[in-house]
Amino acid sequence: ERSNLAGVRHILLVLSGKGGVGKSTISTELALSLRHSGKKVGILDVDLCGPSIPRMFRVQDNDVHQCDGGWVPVFVDQDKSISLMSIGFLLEKPDDAVVWRGPKKNALIKQFVADVAWGDLDFLIVDTPPGTSDEHISTVEALRPYKPLGAILVTTPQAVSVGDVRRELTFCKKTGLRVLGIVENMSGFVCPHCSECTNIFSKGGGEELAKHAGVPFLGCVPLDPQLSQSLEEGRDFIQEFPKSSAFPALAHITQQILDGTSQQSS
Amino acid sequence: QVALLDIDICGPSIPKMMGLEGEQVHQSGSGWSPVYVEENLGVMSVGFLLSSPDDAVIWRGPKKNGLIKQFLRDVDWGEVDYLIVDTPPGTSDEHLSIVQYLSTTHIDGAVIITTPQEVSLQDVRKEINFCHKVKLPIIGVVENMSGFICPKCKNESQIFPPTTGGAEKMCQNLNVSLLGKVPLDPQIGKSCDKGQSFLSEAPESPATSSYRNIIQRIQEYCDQHHFQDEKNI
Repeated sequence: ERSNLAGVRHILLVLSGKGGVGKSTISTELALSLRHSGKKVGILDVDLCGPSIPRMFRVQDNDVHQCDGGWVPVFVDQDKSISLMSIGFLLEKPDDAVVWRGPKKNALIKQFVADVAWGDLDFLIVDTPPGTSDEHISTVEALRPYKPLGAILVTTPQAVSVGDVRRELTFCKKTGLRVLGIVENMSGFVCPHCSECTNIFSKGGGEELAKHAGVPFLGCVPLDPQLSQSLEEGRDFIQEFPKSSAFPALAHITQQILDGTSQQSS
Repeated sequence: QVALLDIDICGPSIPKMMGLEGEQVHQSGSGWSPVYVEENLGVMSVGFLLSSPDDAVIWRGPKKNGLIKQFLRDVDWGEVDYLIVDTPPGTSDEHLSIVQYLSTTHIDGAVIITTPQEVSLQDVRKEINFCHKVKLPIIGVVENMSGFICPKCKNESQIFPPTTGGAEKMCQNLNVSLLGKVPLDPQIGKSCDKGQSFLSEAPESPATSSYRNIIQRIQEYCDQHHFQDEKNI
């Protein structure tokens, strides 16, 4: 019997040691960028306590259906170029808290990895909660047979965030997960009124960490109110705001991922 | 006399923020000794038990719960006016365990932190529901990263836009207190990174007055409820 991941060409995890640094944002924008490069993308959201992905695509009210192969992922539009799976779709009410201990979380993650009928995808992006615990251990274990491409680690520039991401790097090393690179998110804010740049969350920590750890640095993404607004409204930032300050960095990150995969094939 | 217990086992940030990186925990006959920032501020974190900043704590729930129990049982806090427990994001093992283990003693309540945008609020509503489920009183909500004033032109930007009314609307809808809003200030991150007290380093910052107002409201809540408990006895 053909596995549900057999048609998925590349699996990418988005990790961070720290909460609130923008993993779901980067996962979403990466998916949108890849779609604009003509790729078919799926996002598997394994953040069971705080599932953000459905809302970022304006499909938070959608239901999930079953087919012979398992769960049918939710398509974000008629194009069917981006599909999603998240516990967010399984909750009766959006404010319901998922108050589960590890074993129950692990069971659902195993199901999410094995039982979603993704079909053929160029990329499956796995968005994770912060940390190095049950969800991460279970996800990496379940994905191991499918040889993930690797992980993108997201940090904000300041030392307190970088300190946790160092531990995430150790997690990757210990679990044999290749690090595709580090993204320094919320890196600087350009005032829309006077263009003055302020490093609200400091600057450079992500780049320094990449150098220190010998992993690729994928780039700095600035704070961009238009990006935050797009995510709030579930809009396609890549399509609608190509002149916005975060766009070049996001496009560059995507290009490096694509370059990496084409190098792999050759 | 204040105790700060960091139960974020995977991402222990408190040692760095308190300027205590590299400190170790000492054992004595009366248990583990907290690491003191000042005579009246003691701290405990898994961060003090790790030998390198690269050490990752890759533990499943049960092992994390075990350490939290030890922190509560084996740390010799002494007489304390306030025990503050910093938690990781979520509604899982750490949160269930801390509420369970403290159930025999009295928890005044929870302070819940959010940022203004709906993406954050949607998770915080779950956290509020978690508190209701486990009968944890809610002292109130703090809206963090609430607006940024450009140091050059002094115009305000909503970097994390409150598209659905921010914490204020959510608190109204869910009948919980909004304790206050804290604006973005680059000095906050800097102070935390250097392990210095932001309140001392930037006494004139609008964020400092926000913090102080919030802290005052928390103290008032605790005093009121303590008084009520004493009346009931």
